Amino acid sequence: MSALEVVVRALVTLVGFLVLPLIVGQTEHKVMAHMQGRLGPMYAGGFHGWAQLVADGVKFVQKEDVTPAAADRWVFRLAPAVALIPYLVAICVIPLGPHVVGAQVDAGALFVVAVAGVGILGTLMAGWASANKYSLLGAMRSAAQLLSYELPIVLSVASVALAAGTLSLGGIVGQWSPWWLLWQLPGAVCFLTAALAELQRPPFDMPVADSEIVFGAYTEYTGLRFAFFLLAEYAGIVVMSLFFTVLFLGGWRGPFADQLGVVWTLLKGLLVAVVIIWFRVAWPRMREDQLQRLAWVWLVPIALFQVALTGVGVVVRR
Amino acid sequence: MSGRATRTAGAAVAAYGRLTGMSSSPPTVGPGQRELTVGIGAGGLATSDMVLNIGPQHPATHGVLRLRVVLDGERIVTAEPIVGYMHRGAEKLFEVRDYRQIILLANRHDWLSAFANELGVVLGVEKMLGMEVPVRAVWARTLLAELNRVLNHLMFLGSYPLELGAITPIFYSFREREELQAVMEEASGGRMHYMFNRVGGLKEDLPAGWLGRVEQAISAIRRRMPDLQNMLVGNEILAARTDGVGVLSRELIHAFGVSGPIARASGVDVDLRRDAPYLAYAELFAPGGPGRVVTRREGDCLARLHVLLEQTHVSLDLAQACVERMRSLPQGPINVRLPKVLKVPEGHLYTATENPLGFNGYYLVSRGEKTPWRLKLRSASFNNVAVLSQVLPGQLIADMVAILGSMFFVVGDVDK
Repeated sequence: MSALEVVVRALVTLVGFLVLPLIVGQTEHKVMAHMQGRLGPMYAGGFHGWAQLVADGVKFVQKEDVTPAAADRWVFRLAPAVALIPYLVAICVIPLGPHVVGAQVDAGALFVVAVAGVGILGTLMAGWASANKYSLLGAMRSAAQLLSYELPIVLSVASVALAAGTLSLGGIVGQWSPWWLLWQLPGAVCFLTAALAELQRPPFDMPVADSEIVFGAYTEYTGLRFAFFLLAEYAGIVVMSLFFTVLFLGGWRGPFADQLGVVWTLLKGLLVAVVIIWFRVAWPRMREDQLQRLAWVWLVPIALFQVALTGVGVVVRR
Repeated sequence: MSGRATRTAGAAVAAYGRLTGMSSSPPTVGPGQRELTVGIGAGGLATSDMVLNIGPQHPATHGVLRLRVVLDGERIVTAEPIVGYMHRGAEKLFEVRDYRQIILLANRHDWLSAFANELGVVLGVEKMLGMEVPVRAVWARTLLAELNRVLNHLMFLGSYPLELGAITPIFYSFREREELQAVMEEASGGRMHYMFNRVGGLKEDLPAGWLGRVEQAISAIRRRMPDLQNMLVGNEILAARTDGVGVLSRELIHAFGVSGPIARASGVDVDLRRDAPYLAYAELFAPGGPGRVVTRREGDCLARLHVLLEQTHVSLDLAQACVERMRSLPQGPINVRLPKVLKVPEGHLYTATENPLGFNGYYLVSRGEKTPWRLKLRSASFNNVAVLSQVLPGQLIADMVAILGSMFFVVGDVDK
């Protein structure tokens, strides 16, 4: 791999990383608005408010960057980056097409799961460093949520890897066949639910519950640092949607996969993202203990069952 | 320079100590508290309670209610509502305003039930004057009061789910509110503070064709209510958040003077519209009439929400009945000509009305002058919020929001 290729790949990945979350964010604005009988943004940029998020970004840049007096300054300032960068790293290794990927990694599935888990650390740092009681409560909720939801994610990813016989994301898509939709369904449901929890999206958004703990760990953040947290949330949706697509929906598989592979991956990913948005429109938030209960009483057993089911399937096929 | 840095670091450490409970004193465990021992090494971690001020600026308090809660982790040990941040001295101002001006002041304390607030004042003054109010005014007042009740309930049917994290219902409820506010505005000129009551009737006659538009609005809301209702009834998460949470016993209700939908959700079957009828309610709540009192037995947040939902339907029925009755009434005046200076004869009278949020009472003491000597206001939210100190201890922070929201209060109505 030449130096030029490295630079080009890095730049393209970065641009994708910056653009895809904005597309998801704009989709959320518009889809949510129409589900609620509103229009959503209509003015910024002229055509149906397409530039709303750009305008928001410009606004965030202009805001004062406040660090509370009692805050742990370095941790406080570093936290948004810690929240954001893991998703950038994760998106590098998710393949969009047979040959379209930021970096080829052999154990891609493991890598994405490992890296995505780091993102929560940013929230934890933010909550601790803010020296604010609401922030601390929010961070504690995030930590508890991460602990209980990492397991179902890992188990359902393990199930897919077991079925494909490889941890490589490209290999998984290569092995995928439509009947996996049924075979891996319990695992897929587990994964999506747990991914929502890891992303702190409704109905699992109690770490940021605005009506309870006033946006939790992000309470004290302003301006660009706050915008980074928001970007991290949407980048998280992008990563999880694409990861879900690659694991359970066959990635770039579809008619004319050789030419249109990337389009298929992005379309399927967008579909998953819309489902994630839909959850937010339709449901209130659960309580922290109910969330824990859901994880340990339902998701973990279902994921374990899925692993067993996959094991049986693999043995029978052989 | 270095001294300043040291001081800052010291302050930060002190802040952490307060935050995380790293106190040197041994933890004390009183009733209602639980001791948490983390099993590392020999001693375990010392935990102490954290004082958290919810409000006066907090999104769940609808304004400036302040709750001082003591937390053990996320569990509430004690809770104390601290009120008065929005005290505007309404009662004292009543004493230096004449009766026309009082109506304008009185409709403001509960800004979601302005019409109902006005009613108590004018009904009391009319009764002390021995004034006969035209029958058209009585029915028009009843109609407007019920529309006001629907407006109020729709607000809470939207805002309560919002506090539980459901962001969509409020848009549906505001769509319906808009329909009603359009007809209220057409009649009175106001969208919130109608100022449409006068001693002896209403400010002016209803616009031509207005009753038809009210009927259209009612049927439009009835048609679209299922949209809102389906988001609330049968939603598993909403049920999980509210079912069995924040149960109010009948004893607490009686002890704290809780009234309105909250009391009825605990099975306290009291509604002044039926039990001490004013306006045209005696006829509406008579056997065979459209009026009925909605009650539930459970007394939890879900029951309170359901009472509100069903009351909305009942109020729409009542409003429809009023429209039909108004149509059949002969033409006639809608108010009484008043003297230039309105003086209420000496005496005192307590007038209670069933406001959307509960009992609303005015105790009017007159010494025969053009201003009251004293006008005491009993507002529903004040009592309904006071009971929080008994309901909240032992609950989680997340449940606190569910319970607080289900008390359906207006801060202006608490602080007056």
